[in-house]
Amino acid sequence: MKQVNQVKNGAKFIKDTLHRESHDRCLWNARMRRDKAASRLPEWEQMRTLASEIKRHTLSNLDRYLEEFERNATSNRIHIHWAENADEHNRIICRLMQEHNVKVVTKGKSMTMDECEMRPYLERHGIKVYEADLGERIQQLDNQPPAHIVMPAIHKLRGDVARIFAEHLGSDPAIDDPRYLNSVMRNDMRRNYIRVDAGMNGVNFAIAETGGVVVCTNEGNADISANVPPLLIFSMGLEKVIPTVNDLGIFIRLLSRSALGFDITQYTSHYHAPAQGQEMHIVILDNGRSQRLSSPDYWEVLKCIRCGACMNTCPVFRRTCGLSYEAVYMGPIGIVLEPSYDMYRYARLPYSCTHCGSCGNVCPVKVPIPELVFYWRKEMVEKRYDQLFHRLEEDGMAMVLKNASTLSNAERLGLWALRNLPKGILQSGLNPWYSSHANPEPPAETFRQWYKRQNSSTQRNSRHE
Amino acid sequence: MRVGFFVPCYVDALAPEAAKATFRLIRRFERDVTFIDRASCCGLPFTDMGYDKHACKIERDFVKYFGDYDVIVTSSGICTDQIRHHLDSVEQTDAVRHLRENTHDIVEFLHDIIQVDSLPWAEFPHRVGLHNGCHALRFLHQARPTELIIPDYSKTEYLLSLVKGLEIAYADRRDECCGFGGAFTVWDEECSRQMGLDKVTDYARNGIRYVTSADFSCLLHQECIARKFGIDLKTFYIAEILNGDAKP
Repeated sequence: MKQVNQVKNGAKFIKDTLHRESHDRCLWNARMRRDKAASRLPEWEQMRTLASEIKRHTLSNLDRYLEEFERNATSNRIHIHWAENADEHNRIICRLMQEHNVKVVTKGKSMTMDECEMRPYLERHGIKVYEADLGERIQQLDNQPPAHIVMPAIHKLRGDVARIFAEHLGSDPAIDDPRYLNSVMRNDMRRNYIRVDAGMNGVNFAIAETGGVVVCTNEGNADISANVPPLLIFSMGLEKVIPTVNDLGIFIRLLSRSALGFDITQYTSHYHAPAQGQEMHIVILDNGRSQRLSSPDYWEVLKCIRCGACMNTCPVFRRTCGLSYEAVYMGPIGIVLEPSYDMYRYARLPYSCTHCGSCGNVCPVKVPIPELVFYWRKEMVEKRYDQLFHRLEEDGMAMVLKNASTLSNAERLGLWALRNLPKGILQSGLNPWYSSHANPEPPAETFRQWYKRQNSSTQRNSRHE
Repeated sequence: MRVGFFVPCYVDALAPEAAKATFRLIRRFERDVTFIDRASCCGLPFTDMGYDKHACKIERDFVKYFGDYDVIVTSSGICTDQIRHHLDSVEQTDAVRHLRENTHDIVEFLHDIIQVDSLPWAEFPHRVGLHNGCHALRFLHQARPTELIIPDYSKTEYLLSLVKGLEIAYADRRDECCGFGGAFTVWDEECSRQMGLDKVTDYARNGIRYVTSADFSCLLHQECIARKFGIDLKTFYIAEILNGDAKP
């Protein structure tokens, strides 16, 4: 598979001023709301530490908590399935659908299902899937993957949505009023909800103590897909388990504040057993997670609760859009998570970062994203997945910076060039700096030269004294 | 206190005034200061990109040159962060640990080591935008980053408050990265340019014409972008203002 070139993809989005500015503004506003919501809780930083420690504890005892979860869920008449990889995950779900003669399903947001590319799999097997989340549905109709893990269509403008709905749902393309567009989606989805044979959802938290799962949404779509059809299927990564209901409180308080800056999601739905006459299944997915857990270098990525706060704050993400990463997980968490799925394909992602460190500060569970960026860059070099361009650049710099005299020679050459070369060369493509910057003013002498001059004149003076 | 003074590679040739101001400022408080002219680099350009094999030799030299000093002062926040947090390619001996713990940039030197409470020679009666560079802000903890819900503090703001007539201002997105990011500015030039342009436009919108920072690299990026796009902006490394060298 081809290597993803986020820089090139991002550059296209940057040129699209209208979309870029809206995208940047919406996500920056989410970050500002997050700051405000967090600052209303004096215990915020303590909560982050606590949440991170709960995750560390749970991940350190993951086998025990997963088995406890399975035991309690099973005694609540929930069927538990274990999937080692994406293929097994999809086969389990497809088989369940076929056993129940399912033709049409609704699906709530689920990163795990996206990770497994489950929708196209089911569609290939003749099952029609309706995304129930508004943003996901827009992306589905537009034949695009989600551009953000919490706000899948955040890169689109109202007009884009009006055009897509007009094309697929027969609405008026000239009306881009959000209330109208919402009603178009609602009317369409309500028709679908009534005739679906199964509902599917992702999971935010699975509670070992009770054997139930918790889903946080803002549209209530998860609840309709869970309560209307006779078959209900959840999909979760195995890191989603937390020990007790008490622990849940911390995460619920952190999640929505971090994600969108709201104190809590509109709906926090607890599913602890199937309804009368309903069947409930939970598929627990590994897909490389236990491998990640065994790595002392990056097991902490498993703490992630998928809030998207790192994306909202990332200055690169906000200007380049989630689609540019061509990955299920994008932005800061994406660039440190995706290489663990496919190191070659995502070898360039860890370089889409200025090391500003903001992601590490907003992460509600303290995933050390900035450190993991360093880790992956080192890995890429070690496994020779680094770009030739970088390698040459670094070899060249190593020669220049080898010692003070090689540096001084390079400086002399560089300053001479700045002073003497004609503009035609200094301001051409030969100078990569100039495509974005004016050239710096060359000083009369370097600090080294000045210092030497000072010292020799001081020595001269002291000899005269 | 024996002070070893380190001038980062990019500062030596492109901002000698910043290095001079830093050197003079140290000398005002501590006469026993030596500029180590044999040191070329802290290793950051290599560690940053994952090339530890190149960093290793540079780090070894760095330890050799500076290991004997009580305190090492640099004129750059990012290099200080590199030495304190990422000097990992060499064996972690006592000398290395000593070096890592006792390397400071000029802000920390004045604020934490000398604990200055007045800078009577410094005057700059202008409104100055303060850009806390990402590394100084989030990894050296020189001020409270807006993301953290902790009591407010700012070492840079405190030092600038000692300058007569100076009024501190901020961009709306006060601690968003300006997009320099070392080599990032070359291999992701579109994104780097956009971030820089957004930053200098933010200053302009807030009527900020002078900007200071504890990181010259951010300033170089911002000033050169501003000039390229015709935005009026003049930048000063923080020591230039604190030493009274800055001229409008």
